[in-house]
Amino acid sequence: MSMGMSKIVKTVSSVVFPFIVIYGLYIIAHGHLTPGGGFQGGAVVASGCAMLLVAHGSIWTIGKIREKQLSILESTGAVAFILLALLGLVFGTVFFKNFLVGNKFLFGEIPGYLSRVANFNTGGVLPLMNFAVGLKVIAGLFAIVLVMAYATSTFKKGEMEDGKR
Amino acid sequence: MIYNIPYLAVAALILVGLYGVVFKRNLIKMVIGVTLIESGVNLFLITLGYRKGSTAPIYTSSPGGLMSLPVPQALTLTSIVIGVAVLALMLSFIVYIYRHYKTLDARKIGGEDE
Amino acid sequence: MFFDNLPALAVAVPLFGAFLTPLVSKIGDRARNVFVILVMGLTTTVVFLLVNDVFTNGIQTYVFGGSYQPGETVIRIFFEVDGLSAFMAIIAVVLPLVAVIYSWGFMKKETGLDKYYTLILLMTTGMIGLVLTGDMFNFFVFLEITSISSAALVAFWVNKGKAVDAGFKYIVISTIGALFVLFAIALLYGQYDALNMAVLANSIQYTFLDKMALVLLLVALAMKAGIVPMHMWLPDAYGCAPSSVTLVLIGATQASLYGVFRVVFTLYGRELTTAVNQVSLNVLLSVFIVALALATIVVGVLMALKQSNLKRMIAFAAVAEIGYMILAVGAALSTITVDSNTGVTMLTESGEMALKGGLFHIINDALDIGLLFLVAGAIYYATRETSVNKLGGLARNMKYTTVFFLIGLLAVSGMPPMNGFASKLLIYESTYQINPILAVIAILCSILLLAVFVKVFHSVFLGPKLSVFKDTKEVPKSMLLAMGIIAIVIVFFGIFPELVVNNIVQPAADALTDMLKNGLYVKAVLGVI
Repeated sequence: MSMGMSKIVKTVSSVVFPFIVIYGLYIIAHGHLTPGGGFQGGAVVASGCAMLLVAHGSIWTIGKIREKQLSILESTGAVAFILLALLGLVFGTVFFKNFLVGNKFLFGEIPGYLSRVANFNTGGVLPLMNFAVGLKVIAGLFAIVLVMAYATSTFKKGEMEDGKR
Repeated sequence: MIYNIPYLAVAALILVGLYGVVFKRNLIKMVIGVTLIESGVNLFLITLGYRKGSTAPIYTSSPGGLMSLPVPQALTLTSIVIGVAVLALMLSFIVYIYRHYKTLDARKIGGEDE
Repeated sequence: MFFDNLPALAVAVPLFGAFLTPLVSKIGDRARNVFVILVMGLTTTVVFLLVNDVFTNGIQTYVFGGSYQPGETVIRIFFEVDGLSAFMAIIAVVLPLVAVIYSWGFMKKETGLDKYYTLILLMTTGMIGLVLTGDMFNFFVFLEITSISSAALVAFWVNKGKAVDAGFKYIVISTIGALFVLFAIALLYGQYDALNMAVLANSIQYTFLDKMALVLLLVALAMKAGIVPMHMWLPDAYGCAPSSVTLVLIGATQASLYGVFRVVFTLYGRELTTAVNQVSLNVLLSVFIVALALATIVVGVLMALKQSNLKRMIAFAAVAEIGYMILAVGAALSTITVDSNTGVTMLTESGEMALKGGLFHIINDALDIGLLFLVAGAIYYATRETSVNKLGGLARNMKYTTVFFLIGLLAVSGMPPMNGFASKLLIYESTYQINPILAVIAILCSILLLAVFVKVFHSVFLGPKLSVFKDTKEVPKSMLLAMGIIAIVIVFFGIFPELVVNNIVQPAADALTDMLKNGLYVKAVLGVI
């Protein structure tokens, strides 16, 4: 696992990877319209990253991205989510208030009653929160998989990685 | 009758999961037991919200008519997300336990003095 | 704006702080420590303002992301803060505050501290949310947040196999418990189409499925509260975690105990006097709870006697102390009667007193056991030793720690003038009036507890100075400050128990019996009774 798999697997996974990421991002972006959202889309993207990890091996992956960087990304996502909720308190009246509803610029349109046509520019803060959760889930899930793969691959050599998660 | 099958599945999943947690010695199998219980509870929640002949509760280009209740589905999603976190935590504990004791047998770990 | 949103801010501030901590710790260790203490201080301020608000103006409700009038049906995140919630919130916020002050010195040499502080703040969020929420599903979510973060903290010293084993045990037990809770919530939701506690409490019928849900909720929450025979995880988790974490864990355990009270007294409060086969629910529950309580006290004390590891010994004493709380509450349950003339449901005077004693003991137990754990941590910090048999003569080197241990010892075994005496006296007096045997067993076990800790005090602090500990120094100032805060509160509570009982405990006891008398908890949500 630590050294990666054959060349065929590596090539194919590299080709498929962008499509998986795009599909995951689509699910995140359309979270307020269709089933899915931050967590589901983030899980799709993170599984794409995990596929690369399996194909190329954990040593290669840890050279590309460190667990520390992922941890910062994850915190950023979480902080953005709570900031959006707190902004509801500042611009609206209560915590988690959807203060963007009704504005003209960003996700502010209100769909008609029982409208069945999807309108991307709706939902207020929901799409923004989906992006924040998506970022957190991508970074968090991938960090978990990465640390576990790295911990088990270096197991034989007895190297202890200081990855307390 | 056919609509009672999910409830039987719920009972079966939870009982099998409890059996796994209580009687299995292998830590990984215990974790599998926990996830089985979780699947059983999630299935129970989903089943509660379903009505005969209903469609999924999505407004975008829906055919209209009876829809199943979305609240239990939202609850289930939350429960699944929590389940992922718990599963990751338990598996990382197992990595450390195996590294320390070189075994996954629940009887052989944690017996020593500090 | 600030004062209208106190219930939300009580959860939002530590959550926000938790996720900012990894970013702040890039600046430096000192900045991170200061930041965490500031966040905890802000949270404490918010919670105390909220508590003050609840005690003066009555029940507070809060709906996340929307407005609401009593009587409307809302499916939203919903907080409802009554006297009991406020009372528990004080414990849930003071313990972590002391723990982070203590951690400054205690955890100085460890690595991975950004995650440690993140998890402590997350755990605080979970505990505060757990006690403030008025919604069953939220209750489950906060229960899981608390268990996940505390399990990770129990196993913080990952290079010790035993700590990881304790963490694994804890997470398995709490996950299964939480899933039972979720199953019970689903049973209730399927019948009444509601997740709101007040709505459920108003419409509960005590059907077969309700009985099932009650059993599941009680078993799961009792498991998490560490009641015998489901206490096996508790000594391991308390004993293996860093002392500062153990202090917060006590809060988490008591938050689960709060769940038991909330379920019995609020959710099933209307049905407590319903008779099944000529035995009413309150008598049934009371027999069950008192039996468990006696088992908990006896097992806890006897196991504490035979431990040689200091932290495990205190952990078993903690088990015994939990027994005292539920003994009082169980005894109080048995005194609920319906007046045949007026139809008013009420507790007898001794029942009210037992309830007050039990609740007062919750806060006292958190302080006493917490102080003992902090002292055990200080001893470990100074000597790297936990076995009672190998320690000795520390009083000469660690003067302040010795005094703090003495205070904790007297408090935990119920000696005047400490706070443990005040609450245990209430428990003894009231349970004696209800059933003398209960009081006798409680007093005997309390004496045994005193014997246990006097033995420890003698062998650890007194005696000749051991050459091994010649260079042992007093612990850093931050640890002394943390222990000092708790010790001062203990003595203060012990000298002015009336003040505490009347101002903090009485509203909580009123909130517990509220469903039997006024139903204000339901009225705040539905508008009518």
